[in-house]
Amino acid sequence: MEFDALMLSRIQFAVTAGFHFLYPPLTIGLALIMVSMEAFYVYSGDKFYEKMTKFWVKLFAATFSVGVATGIVLEFEFGTNWATYSRFVGDIFGSPLAAEGIFAFFLESGFLAVLLFGWDRVSPKMHLFASSMVLFGSIMSAFWIIVANSWMQTPAAYHIVGEGSAMRAEIVDFWAMVFNPSTVSRFAHVILGSFLEGGFVVMSITAYYILKNRHLEFAKQSFRVAIVVSAVSAILQLVVGHRSAEVVAEYQPSKLAALEGLFKTEDGAPLYLFGHPSEETEETIGIAIPGMLSFLVHQDFSATVTGLDKFAKEDRPPVWITFQAYHIMVALGMYFIFITLFGLFLLWRGTLFENKFMLQVFIFSVFGPYIANQTGWLSAEIGRQPWIVYNMLRTADAISKSVSGAEVLTSLFLFTLLYFLLLFVWVFIMDRKIKAGPEDVDGDIPILDAGGAEVLPQFRSQEPKK
Amino acid sequence: MDLNTIWYLLIGVLLIGYAILDGFDLGVGALHLLAKDDNERRLLLNSIGPVWDGNEVWLITGGGALFAAFPHAYATAFSGFYLAFMLLLVSLISRAVSIEFRSKRESQAWRNFWDYSFSIGSVLSAILFGVAIGNMVAGIKIGSDMEYAGTFFDLLTPYTVLAGVFNLALFTMHGAIYLFVKTEGDLQERVKGWAMRAFFVFLALYVIVTAATLYMKPEMIANFSFGKIQPATGSAHELIQSNQVVISVFAWIIVILNGLAIANIPRTLVHGKELQAFLSSACTIAALVFLFAVGVFPNMITSSLDPAYSLTIYNAASSEKTLFTMLIMALIGMPLVLSYTISIYWVFRGKTTITKHGY
Repeated sequence: MEFDALMLSRIQFAVTAGFHFLYPPLTIGLALIMVSMEAFYVYSGDKFYEKMTKFWVKLFAATFSVGVATGIVLEFEFGTNWATYSRFVGDIFGSPLAAEGIFAFFLESGFLAVLLFGWDRVSPKMHLFASSMVLFGSIMSAFWIIVANSWMQTPAAYHIVGEGSAMRAEIVDFWAMVFNPSTVSRFAHVILGSFLEGGFVVMSITAYYILKNRHLEFAKQSFRVAIVVSAVSAILQLVVGHRSAEVVAEYQPSKLAALEGLFKTEDGAPLYLFGHPSEETEETIGIAIPGMLSFLVHQDFSATVTGLDKFAKEDRPPVWITFQAYHIMVALGMYFIFITLFGLFLLWRGTLFENKFMLQVFIFSVFGPYIANQTGWLSAEIGRQPWIVYNMLRTADAISKSVSGAEVLTSLFLFTLLYFLLLFVWVFIMDRKIKAGPEDVDGDIPILDAGGAEVLPQFRSQEPKK
Repeated sequence: MDLNTIWYLLIGVLLIGYAILDGFDLGVGALHLLAKDDNERRLLLNSIGPVWDGNEVWLITGGGALFAAFPHAYATAFSGFYLAFMLLLVSLISRAVSIEFRSKRESQAWRNFWDYSFSIGSVLSAILFGVAIGNMVAGIKIGSDMEYAGTFFDLLTPYTVLAGVFNLALFTMHGAIYLFVKTEGDLQERVKGWAMRAFFVFLALYVIVTAATLYMKPEMIANFSFGKIQPATGSAHELIQSNQVVISVFAWIIVILNGLAIANIPRTLVHGKELQAFLSSACTIAALVFLFAVGVFPNMITSSLDPAYSLTIYNAASSEKTLFTMLIMALIGMPLVLSYTISIYWVFRGKTTITKHGY
């Protein structure tokens, strides 16, 4: 492996995008939970929910600012490191990025100011509206970014003009570009992944409180909201994830073959639950369900599924890492369904909050959605290789011609250092906020003792409005 | 007016929005260490607290719009200014997170660290923006393939560094005037002193930068000359050739407005007319960006190797269809953006105080 500008630029994009993506799904997920709680507050007038909302807003704010700071880089990295790509597809790819700025970021940042600093300046209803707009803005932002990325996966509505170095793709139909074949399923997939991340973070923190016998009423109530959000998202994710894979099968057959470790085109192709695809022997060893892949793709156990042998060696993505990343994501997806449904069952039985083992499981399950979101993107982006725009432009042909390997190495070093520092400080701050707990929000809530219920009336200083 | 010119102006508007809004954030950052104690520093941070994030969105949207409307200019500028740009991004990130992280612990060492990170990040960002504009005026080594052929150090000439320092002075003055609006009492008196000193530094540098520009790049005044001076570029579009008079009239109106706005700054500061002082400073920035834009027009990035290699609003642009689609987007989006911006500044109007919902 040679450390030239191309390899370094790819690593830099992976590092910056990967670090950035630690934060936005959590802000989207937390925003949903925060808005739900604030809605309870505004429509019941119950101060208890106001405290809950304010606690989650604090965690949201810390995460949001790091998300914004790390995201600035990505907006410009297409120009700095992928100038040839930018010239080739700018006519198409620039519009969703501009749309994200105009329609999502301004909305988000404007109402964020009201959300964070406006508690005393606007009415509760206006504040709830502002919170909802932040949630809406963050979802819009995800939408336009997924539009841009989906176009790279399943390019549509373009024609190629010019020749040689002046050759570029130009847009034919804006809406057909926006709703290219993979946009809708991938957008839904990413949003559900974000809801899962938000839900599991809330469950992890509140399970920790319950286990430590702290802030019980607050923790139990938050946990209930989060587990419902997570369970619904996990089940929907199964449907949406399947649809996403079907689109891959139809439009990106080489990626599907890599995801599933299918080297040879086969009738009745097997579905590997786990395994080891070897690019040397061109075989996958592992546990498989015969005919299942054919069934999932074509609803027919004996149908033909295209394998990697249909593609020239230089047109194949790296198989091993694509396969493993994808299988980790799918396995985690199944785990989310199982654990949330089992948790709901225990909740219904009324034993969950006494079950120390399950509470611990929920504390550590927080890593699940993080790993699933990261591995999902790894399989989506590595599986697209060697193309930067599928079947149109190769990644190797897309880099900036005027940037040297040494320059990229310098920036890669800077960003890696900075992003690790940011991650470290973010974890530190989140940890302190979590340890401080919700009574720190305004400094006027009594600390709950083990009884929880006895202190509750003090919490509810205001009777619910009729 | 064709779509290319409209988009040139719209990008200019986004740049002006960014320079006016984030300009005072960066200026406040440059002045941050002058504040006496922790309370004053918190006041300075709280003054920009609710708005800095939205202000930075102007840069991000400007970047997206440049990418969409003039992909070649986007690609050439950002890959050409690679290291300078990476340094700028690191500075912007550092100052952004410093604002958020500073208040999270009481420890003096913790706060000092983030104070310095915030201030240095702000100063460096302001200088780098100026250096970039300086390079746009002076021209950079662009080859026939639209690619930058120089190195990082070619970007740092005495002229471009001077432009960087000039921009720092401009933003510092602007930031001080913003603080003049947002503070009161003893602090406001001192802020007024900072603003006055920054104003005179700015004025002196303005004269020097203008003289240096006229000496080095006499063609920068071609668009002010009613067609008497022809730009060196062979690529001037006929639409521009035939509209020399209109362009020059427009240019001279800006020159006059610029002079009036600058003259109004010390007057309003002395008389304590807070909002007027801020508006004058904002108009000064807007006029400076326009003067720069009119000066280089129709070039976006000027080649110092051969005028014919320059990236203009024509050879760097997207297709007409994209420019048109984007125009519709802008027509729907910009009123929304302006309404959010104005309502936020309205909600958070008045003097800054230290509250529990701040830093």
